[in-house]
Amino acid sequence: MSENLIVPTMAEMLAQGKQPEVLFWVGCAGSFDDRAKKITKAFVRILNRANVSFAVLGTEESCTGDPAKRAGNEFLFQMQAMMNIEVLNAYEAKKIVTACPHCFNTLKNEYPELGGHYEVVHHTEFLKSLLDSGRLTIEGGQFKGKRITFHDPCYLGRANNVYEAPRDLIQKLDVELLEMKRSKANGLCCGAGGAQMFKDAEPGNKEINVERTEDALETKPDIIAAGCPFCNTMLTDGVKNKEREGDVKVMDIAELIANAQDL
Amino acid sequence: MSYLSNVLFAIVLIIGFGYFYSNVKKIIRNINLGVAVNRKDNAKARWRNMAMIALGQSKMVKRPVAGILHIIVYVGFVIINIELLEIIIDGLFGTHRIFAPLGVVYDFLIGSFEVLAFLVLFAVTVFLIRRNIVKLRRFIHADLKGWPKSDANYILYFEITLMTLFLLMNATDFHLQNVPGGFSHFIKAGSFPISQFIAPVFNRMSNELVMLLNEGFWWLHIVGILIFMNYLYFSKHLHILLAFPNTYFANLNPQGQFDNLASVTAEVKLMMDPNADPFAAAPVSENEAPSKFGASDVQDLNWVQLLNAYTCTECGRCTSSCPANQTGKKLSPRKIMMDTRDRLEEVGKNIDANKGVFVPDNKSLLNDYITPEELWACTSCNACVEECPVNISPLSIIMDMRRYLVMEQSAAPMPINAMMTNIENNGAPWQYSQQDRLNWKNEI
Repeated sequence: MSENLIVPTMAEMLAQGKQPEVLFWVGCAGSFDDRAKKITKAFVRILNRANVSFAVLGTEESCTGDPAKRAGNEFLFQMQAMMNIEVLNAYEAKKIVTACPHCFNTLKNEYPELGGHYEVVHHTEFLKSLLDSGRLTIEGGQFKGKRITFHDPCYLGRANNVYEAPRDLIQKLDVELLEMKRSKANGLCCGAGGAQMFKDAEPGNKEINVERTEDALETKPDIIAAGCPFCNTMLTDGVKNKEREGDVKVMDIAELIANAQDL
Repeated sequence: MSYLSNVLFAIVLIIGFGYFYSNVKKIIRNINLGVAVNRKDNAKARWRNMAMIALGQSKMVKRPVAGILHIIVYVGFVIINIELLEIIIDGLFGTHRIFAPLGVVYDFLIGSFEVLAFLVLFAVTVFLIRRNIVKLRRFIHADLKGWPKSDANYILYFEITLMTLFLLMNATDFHLQNVPGGFSHFIKAGSFPISQFIAPVFNRMSNELVMLLNEGFWWLHIVGILIFMNYLYFSKHLHILLAFPNTYFANLNPQGQFDNLASVTAEVKLMMDPNADPFAAAPVSENEAPSKFGASDVQDLNWVQLLNAYTCTECGRCTSSCPANQTGKKLSPRKIMMDTRDRLEEVGKNIDANKGVFVPDNKSLLNDYITPEELWACTSCNACVEECPVNISPLSIIMDMRRYLVMEQSAAPMPINAMMTNIENNGAPWQYSQQDRLNWKNEI
């Protein structure tokens, strides 16, 4: 069963002589990772509901190069960046939205020096702007009264000072927003950043994602909210490690909003 | 004969400041071993950072107990140094309390110095307790064995000694000011809210003995300050000077923005240029040393990173907030900074010993000081950068060394190599075809 998602590509748009309001940068996780694909779809459902004119690059999208850069491979990063910039500039992309803080940070901060100048927003910021402008309305729905804690992704929070947009969205759901002892600028990494997602951790006495999940579970949440596909995976694994998958869910903010609206 | 002490004082001052000057020159030379990087832009934001963070201690108070105690010691240090001016003038010209004619202002100054000296004694005592009795985790960490551990304690002992000498000096002075009918040159001047309570100790002594003690305390105090000043170079205490330039020259970009290596940009552009001749030899510049990608030794780091290393106070806030360190991995951002300084000092000594040239010593920052295991444990989360009270970035050094491991040595861990191969071949860190990027649209 297909879900009737309307997902135009930039190429299709161009063929019709149209320029979308915003380019949705899906990212590798959002394209290929089974868990992250659900976030991608939830976000598209919201875009469709709010009648946002958007498009994706589809098969023309490629890795931003973030994991290569953080691993130290500046060559590979710049190759990726310059190829992506050529594509984006060819479509005259102006505004980009992405659900991955790693793509967000790289596109926003590291592409301009290489010739890629775009207005880049994280999906939580974009959703917030839809709400503020009245293009989207949400009510608590099924989450009313639930206890939700938000984990700050490093590349959204500390790296780019986006702390309020995700929290504002959660509060719109009529829920109880709980802060972990380490949050915002003092937040603890999920353990995936800096290309750690793609390798085993160095010897230690604990996994970082378990440490972080403990922070989250201390708030006695029903839901741990995340704003990053990598954090989502790490925290989901952490919750499984603690054998709490029965009563604690890890969800992206886009999923919270889409589910609240029964989209 | 009466000029003897003035001359002696001048000699002591010249030795003290002269040695200090020669060490400052050495620091500047060592920092300039680093690669050039432009940190002169946006002066307004830089001054603001320095005012808020170094002068205003805004990041210190994130941990309130240490923060407030530190502010006491810091304000005490800055203000009591005004007293130093009087001491130097008195010492050189044989005067006594030269600023005394300021009257009420002088009373207020001396009074506030005394109160601050007392508060500093209190704060430093708490610091000693935190380090040696309460044993906060970051102070008994493996990084701080040996010299760094004793250095921290020496500084505190030094401060106790200097403050005690200052109060004793004032107490003897106060005692002599109040000798009925006056004594020698001890005019009534200043106010002594703290040392007046110490003064009675001297009640049974002869005036001559108290005067001798007064001069003794005075000399010990000033000589102590000069020794302390020269101790800075060898100590983590150097931060009291370097915190200011360090916050001024700190990175102003968003923390997530890593620099794009310009040397790589040039090569990648050439690679991607369809008109470039693939067989053409790279243009060779005669005067240019072949540049390395990334950093394996201190000379490959930029001068701000080296300034960072000298500025580090070894407080360990970075390490205590590092996710890798908290979960028992070897990485400690503080150790990265300490290793960088140690290696830089070693390189500096090598240059001194070889008449101004560095003679390769078969050692490097990478491997001999910092191991790849430490470097690969970093999640690049910026917690260490956020925590540092003086805006040091251990992360930038970690990243530059990873770049060396990957681009010069191809020494990434196997799974990282696999990830990079996937990006190269498929445009994704996983082994999926780029043609399948939009498949999610039609999946259930």
